[in-house]
Amino acid sequence: MDPMAAIRDTFFQECEEQLAELETGLLAMEAGDLDPELINGVFRAVHSIKGGAGAFNLEALVRFAHVFETALDELRAGRLAPRPEIIKLLLRATDVLADHVRAARDGAEADTEHSQAMIEELRTLGPEGADDGQAADEIDGLDFQPIALQPEPAVARSAWTVFFRPRADLYAKANESARLLRELASLGATLTTLDAAALPDLDALDAEATYLAWTIELATEADEATIRAVFEFVDGDCELEVTSAGADSPQAAPDLDIAALIAKAQSQAATPVDTAPAISEARRAPVAAPAPSSAPEQPAGPAAGGTIRVDLERVDRLIDLVGELVINQAMLSQRVMEAGLTRVSGVAMGLDELEQLTREIQDSVMAIRAQPVKSVFQRMPRLVREVAAQTGKAVRLVTEGETTEVDKTVIERLADPLTHMIRNAIDHGLESPARREAAGKAAEGVVRLAAAHRSGRVVIEVGDDGGGIDRVRVKQIAADRGLIAADAPLSDDEIDNLIFLPGFSTASEVSDISGRGVGMDVVRRSIQALGGRISIASRPGQGSTFTLSLPLTLAVLDGMVVSVEGQTLVAPITAIVETLQPKAQDVHALGGGAQVINIRETYVPLIDVGQALGYRRQPLAAGAGVALLIEGEGGARAALLVDAIQGQRQVVIKSLEANYRQVPGVAAATILGDGRVALILDLDTIVAVSRGDQRKAG
Amino acid sequence: MSLTVLTVDDSRTIREMLRLTLVDAGYRVVQAEDGVHGLEVLSGEAPDVIVTDINMPRLDGFGFIEEVRGDPRHRAVPILVLTTESDAEKKNRARMAGATGWIVKPFNPAKLVDAIRRVAA
Repeated sequence: MDPMAAIRDTFFQECEEQLAELETGLLAMEAGDLDPELINGVFRAVHSIKGGAGAFNLEALVRFAHVFETALDELRAGRLAPRPEIIKLLLRATDVLADHVRAARDGAEADTEHSQAMIEELRTLGPEGADDGQAADEIDGLDFQPIALQPEPAVARSAWTVFFRPRADLYAKANESARLLRELASLGATLTTLDAAALPDLDALDAEATYLAWTIELATEADEATIRAVFEFVDGDCELEVTSAGADSPQAAPDLDIAALIAKAQSQAATPVDTAPAISEARRAPVAAPAPSSAPEQPAGPAAGGTIRVDLERVDRLIDLVGELVINQAMLSQRVMEAGLTRVSGVAMGLDELEQLTREIQDSVMAIRAQPVKSVFQRMPRLVREVAAQTGKAVRLVTEGETTEVDKTVIERLADPLTHMIRNAIDHGLESPARREAAGKAAEGVVRLAAAHRSGRVVIEVGDDGGGIDRVRVKQIAADRGLIAADAPLSDDEIDNLIFLPGFSTASEVSDISGRGVGMDVVRRSIQALGGRISIASRPGQGSTFTLSLPLTLAVLDGMVVSVEGQTLVAPITAIVETLQPKAQDVHALGGGAQVINIRETYVPLIDVGQALGYRRQPLAAGAGVALLIEGEGGARAALLVDAIQGQRQVVIKSLEANYRQVPGVAAATILGDGRVALILDLDTIVAVSRGDQRKAG
Repeated sequence: MSLTVLTVDDSRTIREMLRLTLVDAGYRVVQAEDGVHGLEVLSGEAPDVIVTDINMPRLDGFGFIEEVRGDPRHRAVPILVLTTESDAEKKNRARMAGATGWIVKPFNPAKLVDAIRRVAA
């Protein structure tokens, strides 16, 4: 890749990080945190974006960032109080800045009208007379004058006399007279005279003091400003006089042989330049003792706490390979068993260690793909602001557990469902401020977004403190749409779950916000596609909470290996509460072939997996086989009947959809140690389908 | 023996641009992410020139320059300040702290290399 293109990518990545920091900082300030370092961090974020943008000539971005920065500088200097309305304005400015960054990244035009309006608003915060002309100045205001190294004979040269006497401060700041004289010589022909009158005897010489002065006769076509620019860095640290000696000096005769002049000038310049370092070397000698060449050749770059960026494909390839390794290792274990070696033999013990190592490698590789959910969560404050503005509702977003880590792919695919759910929570969940006040609640609604690790899965909750699900209306709508029978006796829980049905949408007209043609059924499907589950809990007057439960990784799974009608199947172990051998007297038949089992005085549906997947027509005889008691999302339990349990094993997930097609009741497939393919059960679907069958049959 | 340049900047973008430009120009480049990190790097390096940003977390450019000027090993190293501000006040503060010169961002490669050459070639 072109290095500049790569740096450009880095810049936009960094911009995203800085935007996030900016937003986080402003939100913390909004919550009352006024730590100066926080304000500095906020300022630096915008400052850095401006700096980088300037390097890529992104003028619209620079201009906006400059105005934004000026306003933040007021805040930083304490000239502007961080009142809530100011912070809100700055948050909106952050959104506009984000638009600018993305427009610049995609080479698109930012919304100039919107941006200009925001610039006007920000200017009201800034000091008097601040305008974005300043920004333009900074882009064009190069401090270095072009220096003509090849004088063109056509331009008239004029003669100058430059008197230069450095002060000790000049050297203390690591400037060097010799270099300045050399710069001057590059402007034209010089005749340099050293004034060493002040130089004391060696024993009286102070290595830190200055004793020398130079008078330089310069013939150049450069103007006075250019000559003075040579001494720009040492302004104030030296005596400097630049006087014009008139245009008609003999050295400046237009018909002079320029090449000879330059050669002469260089040889002339070399002499005094050689004497100059005498003093600087003298004062440097004790300092420069450790020769730079003796420094070990360290790799350039940030030395501490390094991170590297790796192509995702490489990580995935590694994960694939580790998956194959796991399979191969399982295969090897099986061969050892078949060869009749005992568990205590050296080979078997070595294999145990190999298994452990393999597992550790697998965990470590998975950890590479894990990322904090923050990257998705941090997009939400903006969404909340926008939806709140569109609906006229007052909303506060509370996020928890942002550092919870999940597989990168899971995070990426979470963005859309979460966006939709938060839109819903504000649009449908929260009431208008007036209605909230009438109900005795704070006018400002709260939307809560939380993530946590729970028993090997990631649980994400999206909650609101709104009115809760209007069950009468939901049931009515479902009946109107023909999704349920009008008189269906449904529990509250079942009514709440109606919103997940395809074709259900509570908004009577498709609103601008939650509409967009997708409903909760789409959300549910995308969560399921990730191996996740979604459930809802709602309390009238107190709000609703959606709970997503997702696997940490999409690549491996702890499974219970079971057999059904000679087939080997894998059930995800996370869903299994316990296993039991059903006794014939505990199993009761309901109508339509449905069965329930009595487990410690509660009845749960008993589903024969063989029958559900079509491996057999008749259910297992009562009392035969093993039942897996599983708990679905929302706590509903069911018992799945299989023929036998083979064991517990970590399996590598191979997508069935990618390699074959989607099969109801089957989540994915895996390869076992003996090389055979085993299907991984989708327990929730099996339960749902069997219930559906029962309902239809009933 | 090529000259070694230490760059101190908290922006990854600017760090990479500095590295690309300076390596292309034949310098050996060592980098640090802020003033504190810069001082750490200096304990094991003897750069010929230092290029530093002003606005940085932990220790800003002014503080960094003062520390370097106070260190007998490094006090004679030319220090160029990277600044987006063209106003005199910032430059003066940098010079008071002991900066040798400055480079106004955005810089182009020629400008940067020229400024380095002016203080240390």
